[in-house]
Parts: sequence; structure tokens; C-alpha cells
Amino acid sequence: MSDKDIKKATRHVNQNEGLIFERSSPGKKAYRLAPLDVPEVDYKKALGATSRANLGNMPEVSEMEIIRHFTRLSTWNYAIDLGMYPLGSCTMKYNARVNEVVARFPGLANAHPYQPAEVSQGAMRVMKILSECLLDITGMDAITLQPAAGAHGEMTGILLMHAYLQSKGNPRKKILIPDSAHGTNPATAAICGYAVENLKSNSRGMVDVSALAAQMNENVAGLMLTNPNTLGIFEQEIHKIADILHEKGGLLYMDGANMNALVGKTRPGDFGVDVMHLNLHKTFSTPHGGGGPGSGPVACKKILEPFLPKPVIVERADGTLAFDYDRPKSVGRVRMFYGNFGMHVRALAYTLANGPDGLRQTTEDAVLNANYIRKKLEGDYHLPYQSPSMHEVVFSDSIQEQKGVKTGDIAKRLIDYGFHPYTVSFPLVVHGAIMIEPTESESVEELDLLVDAMKAIAREAEEDPELVKNAPHTTRVKRLDETGAARKPVLRWKPAAKSAGE
Amino acid sequence: MRYLPKSPADRAQMMREIGCKSIDDLFAPIPAEYRLNRDLKVPRQMAESEIIDYFHSRADANAAGYALFLGAGAYHHYRPVVIDAMVSRGEFLTSYTPYQAEIAQGTLQAIFEFQTMVCELTGMEVANASMYDGSTGAAEAMLMAVRLTGRKAAVVARSVHPEYREVMHTYTQHQGLPITECGYLGNGRVDMADLEKKITSDTACVLIQSPNFFGTIEDVAVVADLVHRKGALLVVSIAEALSLGIVKPPVEADIVSMETQSFGVPLGYGGPYAGVMATKEKFVRQIPGRLVGETKDKDGKRGFVLTLSTREQHIRREKATSNICTNQALIATMATIYLTIYGREGLKELAGQNLAKATYASGEFAKKGKVLFAGAPRFNEFVVQTKDDPQAINQRLLEKKMIGGFPLRWHYPELGNASLWCCTELNSKEQIDAAVKAVGQ
Repeated sequence: MSDKDIKKATRHVNQNEGLIFERSSPGKKAYRLAPLDVPEVDYKKALGATSRANLGNMPEVSEMEIIRHFTRLSTWNYAIDLGMYPLGSCTMKYNARVNEVVARFPGLANAHPYQPAEVSQGAMRVMKILSECLLDITGMDAITLQPAAGAHGEMTGILLMHAYLQSKGNPRKKILIPDSAHGTNPATAAICGYAVENLKSNSRGMVDVSALAAQMNENVAGLMLTNPNTLGIFEQEIHKIADILHEKGGLLYMDGANMNALVGKTRPGDFGVDVMHLNLHKTFSTPHGGGGPGSGPVACKKILEPFLPKPVIVERADGTLAFDYDRPKSVGRVRMFYGNFGMHVRALAYTLANGPDGLRQTTEDAVLNANYIRKKLEGDYHLPYQSPSMHEVVFSDSIQEQKGVKTGDIAKRLIDYGFHPYTVSFPLVVHGAIMIEPTESESVEELDLLVDAMKAIAREAEEDPELVKNAPHTTRVKRLDETGAARKPVLRWKPAAKSAGE
Repeated sequence: MRYLPKSPADRAQMMREIGCKSIDDLFAPIPAEYRLNRDLKVPRQMAESEIIDYFHSRADANAAGYALFLGAGAYHHYRPVVIDAMVSRGEFLTSYTPYQAEIAQGTLQAIFEFQTMVCELTGMEVANASMYDGSTGAAEAMLMAVRLTGRKAAVVARSVHPEYREVMHTYTQHQGLPITECGYLGNGRVDMADLEKKITSDTACVLIQSPNFFGTIEDVAVVADLVHRKGALLVVSIAEALSLGIVKPPVEADIVSMETQSFGVPLGYGGPYAGVMATKEKFVRQIPGRLVGETKDKDGKRGFVLTLSTREQHIRREKATSNICTNQALIATMATIYLTIYGREGLKELAGQNLAKATYASGEFAKKGKVLFAGAPRFNEFVVQTKDDPQAINQRLLEKKMIGGFPLRWHYPELGNASLWCCTELNSKEQIDAAVKAVGQ
């Protein structure tokens, strides 16, 4: 392989490490409890038939081994802290360390969700201030912070629509969803009892407004729209779209996954959106943690406010905050307690670190970065839609496919160049999609390294396609057998000799 | 702005290369009438030192240094420092969902270990990579039982956490899935006669919690026997997972939905926590959420991947087993580290301390007043009935820097002046004695 092109990464020593169970042996300990200051209780006697015999194969290891184990595992991960993470629609931006520090302040981290309101004013104030910031950012009237993630927010938003339409006499039967939408959108509609009707994009990669007009009727509750959509294209006829829905009594839901393209530049509430969710783990920099936790606040217009999940925070006459549970029209709770509060703290810390000027600059840089990549790569990779890009750009593998090299192969080869791959094969409307979202967090130098890597891979696809098709070559494991994993699933470790448990 | 790695010259250079004159050229696709021509109404940009001060002020307006006797679905246990030392590593903290397995083996192996530990603890055969929390997990378990049985109704014990039950209603309200509730006996356990009446040929599942909301440990085997005779599935929800250190796992259940907050996750005013779902191997294709599986690479080396993803929304769309995408991976990693620290012996010892504290405290309360639901084993929670309104008692306690039990009247009016108390390894005898004295005043 042509190592000379790889500027970002070198190979380094990488420790091997087995499963923690394979390190276990009886009598090793990583804990010591404080002495018991009340009489001991024989649990077998106290619990009788409901007492447990033993804890099976739970590990027994020392503290030193735990530190090595998890540190070694951590070094096998790629992370934003190591470099660019150009995953389209995922907004993998810098996660500021101050967010982590303030979220761990004892008064916040040790607060019990049922502790009385008079000793919870600080936590409630965080939620209140964050809510106010998010309302101005989205241009909406009311908000709930309860949903735990984006898809959970979608469910909450569609439940609000359902409840509102029900209150008007008919919840309706269908939700329209563009063919470029995230898979969570149709899955959410189904959970809320709606049938899904597909809406085709036009040749510019936007909603086909005449098709929408034809499909919209009194059976349709509304449209779930991502804007900018998953092609990174702003829906320029957004208000026409909203008008068509509203004329027939329907509502416009906006999936806020791509809000990083809009903050401080335009507001969904101003362009006709009735209800939307935000992903605090995308736009508002809360860390992705290898798959979560997220947080998916839902903001809506006045007409939907009575239906918000309960409780909602209210300010009393004396200036103190309280939870209002007396919400007769509420769709109910979507989660116990008040949502992923720790993420609310982090998102507010991010907002305060930016201020209005920082938030706007962030959006501008995110869009600038995506357009820079588009400009630099459009000769080497096919650009299926010519419409202007916002915060992300979608290419296809159609040039490279002529040599049998597909988007998944290019992605794996990018790993050898020291990058995390872009989003592969999504959106579904582009065959062989290469979806790149740089975010604002990348310097010109890092962007240039990505551009150089992508260009080098395009050359390799031409000259030595097998090199690309067999990538990655430098990782601690090669391509893994996913088919085998699904055919005979091994979802837990088992000891060689005896069976586990009791 | 200090998070943005560009100089003004960088920006100008990039714009020249793109061929745009001003940054607003790039925002031209947004119709002019919708462009925001003012600053957002958010607080001004703050220095890091100001952010620290700001959140110190917020934190100081919350309780600090209070003795805490609340449980009710969120438990205060000691968190070994190793947990935060490990999950603060950027490679765990700032990595994405491990779709690109070759550069995500750390997260994948940690989650595989999590799944294994959840199986060991619950007695189930498979576990997923996490759910949002215990309440949504319980709701999704119910929907899973509907898919498995083709039946369209459910029975839930009233002794299940009230907020879990509210979430179940929210999730099922448009599924044509009526939920009936079944009562509890004087010993706090599920009323079997009532349950037998409530189960019909439409019942997909019965959902109970153990230890239940009153802290009482259910006789899962007896409930399972009845439920299975009626052709339904049994879902067991576990809110206080530390109980599994000494309580027999619900091996007779078909699905277990567990909240793992007790395993080293901060109370954090209610979240983020992590739920997890575990079940029998034969039901795995109906489980929601992500699964990590073991496999081999081209050279035969062991590795881990996300697997059976044809159940999930990004492949199956409206036919998926759930709409869940982002889960609670980092919280599951916290739980894995916690479970590794305490391990096979420590969990037993720690759960034993919780039992001893609650046994002592309930004994002391019983000397002065009434502790309900005697006659069945409990773990670390118990219900105290008082002459005075618990709200008034809690006000008294607050002045003495104590946070009393969770008043039950709102959710269980039939219990009168009752509240749910919790004692863990963090409640000293001194604290307990002071609380008993203050309540008895």
C-alpha cells in the first residue's frame, strides 16, 4: 500500500486484552465496604425462597486490572478527541470538557428527582434557562425536555400532533415521510399508530411540492420533514410546504437532526414548522458516548402546548420554580422523571460558552466547512444533486463503482488514512451514498487531510481497486464477519466448561 | 469563539476557494424573509471561569449535605472513582455508535461484557445494549410481548412504579392495547386471585416489578406459573438492580426490563440512566434496540459487531421492533465498570448492607409507628404510615437537613398518610436514628 499518502496516522503499539471474565479468579477484589454500623442480617434467612444462591460468573478482579482493562479497550476506539469524524447527519462536534465538569458538581449530580422543590431550584433553573434559549433558537412557543433521544422526541412530537388533531375531532390515519428521511421517522409514525406514506423527492433533491399537494388530504395528519434534508439541502419551498399542510388541517413536523445548519441564521418557527425535536447530542455538543445518552427536547407552537408531556416547569408568582402536573390534555409521560437532566446541563454550558455570536459563527463555520469539502472533492467523486449544500454534502460512488469499489470500501480505506468513515449508503435516495458532515470543529489543516485522503483513495480505486476493497489494513482487527455474527448470534460470553448462572 | 479552530484569514481563504464573496452567499438557499437578522436571545458569551461560577450558583441552590431517604426508582449508592476516571477518557466519551467495528472494538467489547453481566444477574439468556431507562424499557417489553403472542392486551400490577405505568400508557395509547391493573395484598405482593381474574385470552403479558414499588420482593415463580398457564408472557421490571446481589433472579420470566442506575450512575436529578432488556434466546429477534455479537475477522481473530440489525429502524423502517436509535451506551459502560469493581462477592456484600440498613430502619420505625406490608421479604425500601401528613413531616425533616420518604397519597390514596422510605449503604445509623426521632415527634 501507498503509505506515503497517509499523513494523519502512524501505526503504534496497541495492547491486547481479553474479556474481563477471562481475568477473573476467586478471591480477587476491587472494593472494600465501610464497616456495617447496624446489626448484620442473614439474607438467606430474611429472604427465604427468594434469596440468591450465588452470582454465577460475575468477575472477580483487582482495581489495577480494571484500570488496564478499560484503558486498553478505550484505545481501540476512534473518537472526536483523536480526529475528524465526518459522519453525515450525526454532527460529531467537539464536546467541551467544561460541560463534563459542571455536570458533575455535587449539587447537580447528586440531586434526587423527588427531592422537594425548595431544594431543587438550581436544577429546575437550569432546565428553565435552557428551555428559554432553545425556544428562541427554534422560534417556537413551548417546549418539553423530557424525551431521552431524537427518536424519542419524534415520538413525543407525533403524539402531540395526534392529540391536537383528536381534539379537533379526527386524529387522521397517515403521516407523509420523504424518501430521504431517517429510518426513525417511519418507525416513529408506526409506534404512534399512523400508516406511513412515502413522498418522493424531485430532481433537485427537495420535496416535490406538486406531489405533496396531490397526496395531502383530510386523511393525512402531517409531514415529517428534515430541514436541511439528509442531502444537506435546504427545502427552499418550505413555506409552500407548510401552507399545503395547513390548508388541509395538517401539521408540519421538523426532524431537527440537522439544526447545526440553522442555529442563529433562521428559525423553524418562522418558516412554518409546528413541532420539532432537537438532538442535544448533535447540535448542542453533549457527548455521544459510543451510542448515547442523547436528549431530544421537543418544541412546538402554542396550539400544541396543552398536550405536552407532564410535568412542565412553571414559574410561581414569587419567582420560584415548580413542576405542574395538572395537565388534563397532556399526552402523558414519555419517560420517568424529567428527562436526561445531565445532558440539559451540558447543553446549557455549551450555549453559554457560545453566546449569540458564537452560535451564529458555529453555524457559519459548519456550512463553510461542508462547502469547502464539496468544492475540493467534486471532481473526484460524483455529486448527484447540484443544489447548494448547507452543513453536509452527499456524493455517490458511481465513478469508483465502475472498478468495483463501493462506498463501503472507500469508507473502510479512509480508516487506514486515520479518519473515521463518513456515513455510508445513506440517504437511500442516492445509490452508493457518501455523506460527509465535517461540523464546525475542524481546522483547514484537518479538512485538507481529509480531502487529500479522499483524493488518494479515488486514485487507488482507479489503479489498485483490490487495495481499497480489502481495507482496512492497519486496524487491530480486519473486516469482521457480520453475516456469520447474524446467522449464529453469540451475544454473551460463556465459560468453557459449565453453564452460567444458577 | 474558543471552540472554533479557524482564524479570520482561514475563513477568507476558504471562501475564496469556494468562490463566494460573503458567508451569507452560502445561506442564500434560505428565503430572505426567513433569515434571522438579529442576535439570538441567549445569554452573552461567557468565559470558562464564568461558566464554572454560573453552575456553582445553580448547584448551590440545590440540596447539598442532606441525609437522603428517597428511593422510589432512583437510588443513592456510592460511586467508586474508577468509573468516572474511565468514562471520562475521550475514546469512550467522544466516540460514535460503533457501526464501524474495526475502530470501535473498545465500545463493542465493553457492551458485550455488559450484555453478559446482565444475563448473569437476571438469569436470562440474552440482553440488549441498553434502552433509555427502566420506564421506557418496560413499555417496550410490553410491545415486544404483543409481537410475540399476537395478543392485544396487558395486565400491570399496581405495585409497579407509578411513573413506569404512566409511560406504558403513553407508549400503548395508539396501539389498541388495553392495559388493566391488578391489586396488591396486605403483604405488599401481587393479589393472585385478582390477577387470575384479570388475565384473559387476549392478555399478551403480565408485568410486575420486583422488588416492587413498596420494596416488597415478589414471588416470581408463583406469578409465572399462573401467567404461563393462561398462555401469556411474564415481564419482570427491576428498578433497584442492586437487589440482584442477594435476591433470586427472575429466571421464570420471559422478558426482564431493568433500570441500571443503581450500578454507579449518578442520581443526576433523574437522568441520564440506562435501561436494559433481557430475554430468552428464542425471543431475540423481537427484542428492540442494539445488540453486540461476537464474530471473527478475516484472519480468524475474535472481534465484536453490532448484529441482528434487520430488527432496527435504519433497516426495517416502519416495520422495525422499535424506533429507538441512540441508546445509553456510556451509562451502560458505567454500569459495566461498577459491576466489575464489586463483582461476584462485592455485589452480595453490598446488597447485604442495604438489607441490613433497611431492616434496622424499618424496625426502628415500627417501634414508634406503623410499617406496612409485613409478612413478605423486602430489600432496601419500606412503607411507613404516620398520624401526620407526610408532606408536613418532610417539611420538619428538611429543616434538620434530612430528605424524608416519598409520600404515597397521590398515587395510592388508599394508604392514607404513608410514605416510601429507602436506606442504602450510604445511610448511617446516626442518620436513621435522627430521622426516626424527627418523624416520631
